[in-house]
Amino acid sequence: MNALYGENAAMLPLIWAAILALAVAMYVLLDGFDLGVGALFPLFKAEADRDRMMNSIAPFWDGNGTWLVLGGGGLMVAFPRAYAIIMPAMYLPIIVMILALVLRGVSFEFRWIAKPRHRVWDFAFSIGSTLAAFCQGVVLGGLLQGIHVVNGSFAGGSFDWCTPFALFCGLSVVVGYTLLGACWLVMKTEHDLQARARRIAKPALLAMLACIAIVSIWTPLMLPRIADRWFSVPNFYWLSQVPLATLIVAWLCWRGLHKERAAQPFLSAIGLFLLAYIGLLISNVPYLVPPAMAAMDGGNAATNIGMTIQQAASAPASQQFLLIGTLILLPIIIGYTVFVYWVFRGKVGEGYH
Amino acid sequence: MDFVSALDPVLLARLQFAFTISLHIIFPGFTIGLSAFIATLEILHWRTGRDLYLKLSKFWLKIFAVSFAMGVVSGLMLSYQFGTNWARLGIVIGNVIGPMLGYEVLTAFFLESTFLGILLFGRNRVPQWAHVLSACMVAIGTAISAFWIISANSWMQTPVGFEMRDGIAFPLDWWRIIFNPSFPYRLTHMLIAAYLSTSVVVLAVGARYLMAERFEDEARTMIRMGLGMVIALAPLQLFVGDQHGLNTLHHQPVKIAAMEAHWDGKGPVDLVLFAIPNAETERNDYEVALPHVGSLILTHTWDGKIAGLKDVPASDRPPLLSVFFGFRIMVGIGMLLIGIGFVGAILWMRGKLFDARWFLRPIGYMWPLGFIAILSGWIVTETGRQPWIATGVLRTADAISPVPAATVATSFALIIVVYVVVFSIGVYYIRKLLRHGPQGAAVAHSDGATPNSTLAAAGSATREAADGEQVI
Ligand code: HDD
Ligand code: HEM
Ligand code: HEM
Repeated sequence: MNALYGENAAMLPLIWAAILALAVAMYVLLDGFDLGVGALFPLFKAEADRDRMMNSIAPFWDGNGTWLVLGGGGLMVAFPRAYAIIMPAMYLPIIVMILALVLRGVSFEFRWIAKPRHRVWDFAFSIGSTLAAFCQGVVLGGLLQGIHVVNGSFAGGSFDWCTPFALFCGLSVVVGYTLLGACWLVMKTEHDLQARARRIAKPALLAMLACIAIVSIWTPLMLPRIADRWFSVPNFYWLSQVPLATLIVAWLCWRGLHKERAAQPFLSAIGLFLLAYIGLLISNVPYLVPPAMAAMDGGNAATNIGMTIQQAASAPASQQFLLIGTLILLPIIIGYTVFVYWVFRGKVGEGYH
Repeated sequence: MDFVSALDPVLLARLQFAFTISLHIIFPGFTIGLSAFIATLEILHWRTGRDLYLKLSKFWLKIFAVSFAMGVVSGLMLSYQFGTNWARLGIVIGNVIGPMLGYEVLTAFFLESTFLGILLFGRNRVPQWAHVLSACMVAIGTAISAFWIISANSWMQTPVGFEMRDGIAFPLDWWRIIFNPSFPYRLTHMLIAAYLSTSVVVLAVGARYLMAERFEDEARTMIRMGLGMVIALAPLQLFVGDQHGLNTLHHQPVKIAAMEAHWDGKGPVDLVLFAIPNAETERNDYEVALPHVGSLILTHTWDGKIAGLKDVPASDRPPLLSVFFGFRIMVGIGMLLIGIGFVGAILWMRGKLFDARWFLRPIGYMWPLGFIAILSGWIVTETGRQPWIATGVLRTADAISPVPAATVATSFALIIVVYVVVFSIGVYYIRKLLRHGPQGAAVAHSDGATPNSTLAAAGSATREAADGEQVI
């Protein structure tokens, strides 16, 4: 027991950071496609199409969303000091995101009950999905550009997050989720619906690549610490593999769409997300709360140093207590999640009408 | 804006939390109970093969799905509010309650939300035993969820097993933390509350159908199952509540003094039936009381003494009105339910239950009783521990985030708008489902093998419901 508290105590926060990174990745990939399906609603007007789109995600959305609870909860458990900074700093985007999730979450059930007057819930569903995705991007952007921290607590204003960069990140996430959603529909549907999803996925892929490129150029220009990380030698030789891999995976996605394969586009879209995510991690390790940009703290960099994984960690006893359960339970959770996806495998919508 | 910034961010954050959690707890109260009811029906159908049970289960399953969705989305808001509004709470006691909330996610939320997919859409995709198992998993998941969240809340009421270092709580003994002194009572009381409230709903709906002379077989089954639970659980709840109160007297005497509106710790305790406790004059206005009965209940002696409100400085006293009246509403409803169970049992034994219109008709209107009691109970518990957010460890006013009042007010306004719209419509839809009852495609066999066809069936059923007849 005490071994972990002693010289290895520094390991615990690292393990927790890895678990959190996993939870966030799972969330983005899983809820990403179902939010994306919602964001695509306006492009599919027919009721039958919308029924099918909703059915394709109805058994999963709740489980998918639970990764968000794990991400938020995990941050509070393992890194309470970072939690106490990030949440107040991102107050409004987070509240709006959750309200958007409320709207879309209840739409799953309300829509069926309201029929034939369900249009309003179609609207709530797509607005909620899009807005939630946008807010998630804003939070990401707001984090990347840094938070004004003095003496370990948030010292900025309520609208610090609101910069062109963060808003662009919001847009990028909407675009990315749309790609995931379209590829999901390509995989899970047939006939006309599938063909149209395919036609949407192609421009979405190009748009997502453009977003990735813009963010990748914007961040190092804005933040010297990220430029240092990527462009110094020898880092550069290793890290340049990430954009290369991105191009290859994007090509696979394109070809999958072009050759009308079912699963390949979705899988490579997931690959794209993972690579972008790895890029973000590389840029920001070891920070949980990156230091604010010089412009935001009046140039007083000395008081504004962000917060690293080690600095933010909770008591080792707390991290360890939950770690034991997590290591046992997470594989079980992943196990039954896979089981449910397997139960509902195959195309949705056969035999409808 | 000047007006808003003059507001107290602590008060706003408290109001916001009280508003969101009060709406949340209604849905867990219902889904914990309803999931167990549905699991029971599924097991009964599996073992007996009777169609009646299947029909009932499908019917309640739809109502469950709507309630569950509302429970999930309102809970999501709560867990993020800890960070947005109560950031200092996480820093000071996060080491202790954080892991408990983490275990709730890992052991309960994933379980219930994942198996929910199979329960709702998988009837024709998995073997029957697996479907029954999913129903049980969801029911167990909701109860496990209650276990952890109540444990965290109870620790905040009666904290043990930790030490303070530099103003931050560090856990010492997890067993003592989880099974803290008020936890066993609170968990039992809350779980019974959930099962009891749901039973009242089932009973009331059954009574309404029977009065309307529709679905009479289903109605009788619902009445029997609902009433049976009320007969068993209502008296049990009185017993558990009494024990709970005695335990609270030991650990949070001020809270009990506020519940009883007992000012002076020196004399014997009256049982105050009605009063308006007055914090200014430190006495009760318009008091109606039974002398000595309070001593009898709380200390089991004629002259026993308990601490009074005047024993602590005014700054350490909780708000009086909510605690005092909340408690009376809860106990009043508890007594009413015991009465209903008692009368119902006699009618049942005489074989007159289903003919007693004078009994069943009013019962049809009693479905909200349990939820009112749950809300009142929580208001007693939570306002009764004020001004502490964690008794003796952290004051509510010190737990707040460094955000301006205007931000809290803005988010509060947004929350109110969305919640009022979403939840009132949700309740309206539930009512609509109930009014049409177990009929039509809602409960018909769906032979297709896709989630789609089940949903499509649900869709056409509700379509028919929207245009079709209302039964009650
Ligand atoms: C007595 C039980 C109980 C209590 C006191 C609470 N909850 Fe709750 N909660 C549940 C019982 C529950 C549940 C039965 O597990 C729910 C309700 C309906 C549902 O769908 O799951 C749920 C859902 C739920 C969810 C969504 C889970 C998901 O994604 O599936 C979250 C994040 C929370 N709750 C968080 C909270 C917080 C932060 C609370 C206190 C401040 C709280 N709950 C009080
Ligand atoms: C019949 C007599 C009852 C008694 C004597 C009783 C007693 C109590 C007491 C003393 C508390 C506060 C404990 C504390 O804060 O430390 C409490 C809380 C509560 N009660 Fe009751 N109760 C009764 C009936 C009911 C009923 C019928 C319900 C709901 C259907 C209910 C639901 C609750 C809830 C949800 C709480 C808050 C959580 C908790 O502290 O357990 N109670 N009750
Ligand atoms: C679901 C059951 C619960 C209900 C119905 C409930 C109800 C309430 C109410 C009515 C208040 C407002 C009290 C006041 O302002 O005077 C409150 C406050 C609060 N409760 Fe609870 N509560 C519940 C469970 C919990 C749990 C499980 C926790 C934490 C683990 C918690 C933490 C808080 C916090 C942080 C506040 C805000 C500060 C305050 O005003 O006291 N509550 N709750």
